Amino acid sequence: MNNKKIILSTKNLTKYFHEPVKFKALDSVSFEVYAGEFLTLVGKSGSGKSTLLYCLSTMDTTYEGELFIDNQKVTNQKTDELAQLRGTSIGFVFQFHYLLPEFSCLKNVMIPALKLGKYSHEEIEAKAYQKLALLGLQDQALKPASKLSGGQQQRVSIARALINDPKIIMGDEPTGNLDSKNTEIVFNIFRELSQDLGQTIIAVTHDNDFAKASDRTIELADGQIISHRKVYE
Amino acid sequence: MKAPVNVEIALTHIFTRKKQMLIAALGVTIGIALYIFSNSLMKGFTKYSRNEMFKTMPHIKVFKEDEISKPLLASTNSQSLTVIRNPRMTTLSKSLVNPYALIKTIQQEKYVRNVTAQVNIDFFYSNGKTQLKGMGSGVNILEADAMFSIQSTLLAGSLQDLAHNQNAIVIGKGIAEKMNVGIDDNITVTSSRGVVKNMKIVGIFSTGNKSTDEQKAYLHTTAAQQLAKESANYATDIYVSVHNPDSSLVYAAKLQQIMPYKVEDWQTTNADILATDKIRMIMNNVVALAMMMVAAFGIYNILNMTISQKLNDIAILKAVGFSGKDIIKIFVTEALIMGVVGTLIGLGIGAILIEILSRVYIGKPIGYFPIYYNLNTFLVGGSFGLLVSLGAGYLPARKAASVDPVEIFRK
Repeated sequence: MNNKKIILSTKNLTKYFHEPVKFKALDSVSFEVYAGEFLTLVGKSGSGKSTLLYCLSTMDTTYEGELFIDNQKVTNQKTDELAQLRGTSIGFVFQFHYLLPEFSCLKNVMIPALKLGKYSHEEIEAKAYQKLALLGLQDQALKPASKLSGGQQQRVSIARALINDPKIIMGDEPTGNLDSKNTEIVFNIFRELSQDLGQTIIAVTHDNDFAKASDRTIELADGQIISHRKVYE
Repeated sequence: MKAPVNVEIALTHIFTRKKQMLIAALGVTIGIALYIFSNSLMKGFTKYSRNEMFKTMPHIKVFKEDEISKPLLASTNSQSLTVIRNPRMTTLSKSLVNPYALIKTIQQEKYVRNVTAQVNIDFFYSNGKTQLKGMGSGVNILEADAMFSIQSTLLAGSLQDLAHNQNAIVIGKGIAEKMNVGIDDNITVTSSRGVVKNMKIVGIFSTGNKSTDEQKAYLHTTAAQQLAKESANYATDIYVSVHNPDSSLVYAAKLQQIMPYKVEDWQTTNADILATDKIRMIMNNVVALAMMMVAAFGIYNILNMTISQKLNDIAILKAVGFSGKDIIKIFVTEALIMGVVGTLIGLGIGAILIEILSRVYIGKPIGYFPIYYNLNTFLVGGSFGLLVSLGAGYLPARKAASVDPVEIFRK
């Protein structure tokens, strides 16, 4: 896997929190992520793993160092450009589903694509059905998002993350709220995405089994990378 | 063609909060309806009082201004002396030279509707021992009627009789009551020049203005000239009415350039009335503005509430590619939808109120309630409503746009 293309990399990423006292949350973190890789970030509470993920997500811009996504320097881009970049290249799955409660599941999945405006409304709808089917939810498409079970909602939010076929999918404890059965479903979806569709997964997790089953695990402590565990050669 | 996703989200927010949004919109409705109603009321009242005023007052008056002698005649060379004297009025006669030629000149101006010459004189009415001070206007009664619609104020008699009879007189209602005379009675008129004429009353009018009704009389031009001991080419004033009385000031300035005498428009003569009108209008607008501010606060409030309930939604929208501008668009659209709905209903209610009130009969001399549709009021009210909702939407929308999604997700 060494000849793989680098999709995301950081150079000396350092971040401070100023409240309540000045505190170094990330200390010169440098690493690379390859296209199609299933990467997990682990570490104790307060180790900086979530902070790192949000820096990578381009939503947190108050860091020092540099971030590259798909060979483009992302650091210091304008917020509107970053929003555009997130729309095209990054999908998000959080611990909570963050579905818009007033909309149907289908609409929730469609919204990022409608915003991007690359395809017609009909094409987007067809694509959203396809993504929901991938997650076994085609029957729930027209139900309001608030009427689904927790596991189903989380799967809808994954479908939403996939709608624009992003190169990278980022997850912040994507299975944190799920029972073991749903956790397995979500894990298998991630696995498929990275293996079959070549999408890169970067997920923060507390779940050791989940981390072990991924391609590579980066462990953080006190804002520094303390180990890279690679599954593959 | 489907609505853009921003609009779709805004509409969904509105439809899931129909009641609250409608109440906020109704705030705008009340503001707009009251603005339109009170503004139309005010304009109707102004129009009514203008019309009342123009029953006795011309739009533009041409007359001879009193001249004051110069207090100082400076010496022009070493041989002459400098003369100092008290300034005094040197006007011997109020007569206009060749007034009928002037009238012809004025009539050629495009903006002029009617022109008529007046012979105004002061005199006393007497009937037996009773005497009453009065003012007479010697007019071509048909021309004067076209200008002041005297016919509409006539209680008894006819103006035609005055047109044909040089010894006829049309008097105010107050005079008739005080002198105890009626139609076909005779009344003696004594002018300040000492001419006495016995005249036959052919008409009695009432303008609604007490002092006018107790003094004023219309006479045949010739009779007035005789009372003034002047020739048939004598007139004291030329009255001009124009198509657009509101522009009298401009027309008067134009006329002044071609007239050898003083030209004065009604706006200059009645500056005090206009100032009162203006203050009344300002007061009215301030009240309307205050009401719109309350309405704006309603919209501001509901949007602020929506936004603080929807922090999660805003965060995820930003995460999936919506920019700050998109978020602003979503919430400003919501404010505008509320504004448009509120404004449209407000315009409708305003129109209905005007319609109802304009059918209310309040008796003579006013007749039906003086309230009219005024396109301008509706346009100003409408655009003001939209503008206010835009402002009330923009402030909370900007707050929503500055939501930091990381802060929300990390909670």
